[in-house]
Amino acid sequence: MAGKPKLHYFNARGRMESIRWLLAAAGVEFEEQFIDSEEDLDKLRNDGSLMFQQVPMVEIDGMKMVQTRAILNYIATKYNLYGKDMKERALIDMYVEGMADLYEMILLLPICPPEQKDAKVALIKERTINRYFPVFEKVLKSHGQDYLVGNKLSKADIHLLELLYAVEEFDPSLITDFPLLKALKARISNLPTVKKFLQPGSQRKPLADEKTVEKARKIFKF
Amino acid sequence: MAAKPKLYYFCGRGRMESIRWLLASAGVEFEEEFIETREQYEKLQNDGYLLFGQVPLVEIDGMALTQTRAILSYLAAKYNLYGKDLKERVRIDMYVDGTLDLMMVMALAAFKPPEEKEENFALTVKKAKTRYFPVFEKILKDHGEDFLVGNKFSWADIQLLEAILMVEELNASVLCDFPLLKAFKTRISNIPTIKKFLQPGSQRKPAPDSHYIELVRHILQF
Repeated sequence: MAGKPKLHYFNARGRMESIRWLLAAAGVEFEEQFIDSEEDLDKLRNDGSLMFQQVPMVEIDGMKMVQTRAILNYIATKYNLYGKDMKERALIDMYVEGMADLYEMILLLPICPPEQKDAKVALIKERTINRYFPVFEKVLKSHGQDYLVGNKLSKADIHLLELLYAVEEFDPSLITDFPLLKALKARISNLPTVKKFLQPGSQRKPLADEKTVEKARKIFKF
Repeated sequence: MAAKPKLYYFCGRGRMESIRWLLASAGVEFEEEFIETREQYEKLQNDGYLLFGQVPLVEIDGMALTQTRAILSYLAAKYNLYGKDLKERVRIDMYVDGTLDLMMVMALAAFKPPEEKEENFALTVKKAKTRYFPVFEKILKDHGEDFLVGNKFSWADIQLLEAILMVEELNASVLCDFPLLKAFKTRISNIPTIKKFLQPGSQRKPAPDSHYIELVRHILQF
């Protein structure tokens, strides 16, 4: 029997969290090995386990996979969460890339220089309600279906749900004028695998506190 | 007869250049509409072509595709440059994500103040020599084949050649310790479609100059 996928990362969300969400939503059990110190990271590097000396790295199907997008696309294809053809995949990719841009802004906020923070926060709010949320609300409105693409659950819905929770943590008022996004959030959250992942005790990681950010900076030197 | 793909972008490399490379290497003729004024850009936005209000935009197969990676993945699949199965595809994804990371640092560096720009360029050369090129040199050495993945020309080969040429513009001797990459560069450059693209008069764009930088800053307002 094939081993479970094994995730190598820091014990925090970072760039691994989307991968955790996708595996969990697909109902795939996975193990995690946490990088707790510079020595842990050096060991992985010296073992030749990290193609470009970086994490995330996921051991899966006999490969040591790196690069977040490559990993996500592999998992999505393997577990039928990538649409039924090239055109659906292009739509999924377009939507997910937009989501990733907004998610990245929120992800990097803790390491933003203090004097730039207010401006960054304002930009995130502005982009969320003017650029990103309206697009996904419109997509849902245009076809009236339960899922973003092809009337079927795909990685686009999972990533959107993850983003909606991240935005809610950032500022819960931002979703106010987006009824279809609210409905999608409730609906996808109720899928059995997702519901389980949202419960305490799952492998979902909390928002990083200052101490965690500092530790990450020390290990990964950024 | 199907219309040619149409590219909407500034008359420069930026985020569109990898797309031009992919199309040209696949022997696909394409049209370009250059954004030269703020008004033109706003018109594209207001006409609803730009999903997240941004370029690159490629009109192809009845779709208005945006998001660089979404476009590249679609084209790679369409023109059989994406490997023969999922395992080859994930390797291609890993390699192209690595090289895209490297090229993006350079593309964005052009817009930074002179000192930061030079720092970023130096960092790019260093990363190329210590993090990226050794990986590809080893891959070529390990299988002894002409192409990076599956003994067949793919998107990964095109992207690596593009990255090599870009870094060589910063430091002409960057390949001196990588004999297999030197041979690779010659070999891939001699593929007829690529040879044609490398000649003067092709749709390949030059490195950004101050005029281009001013124009893009003005149009994108940053």
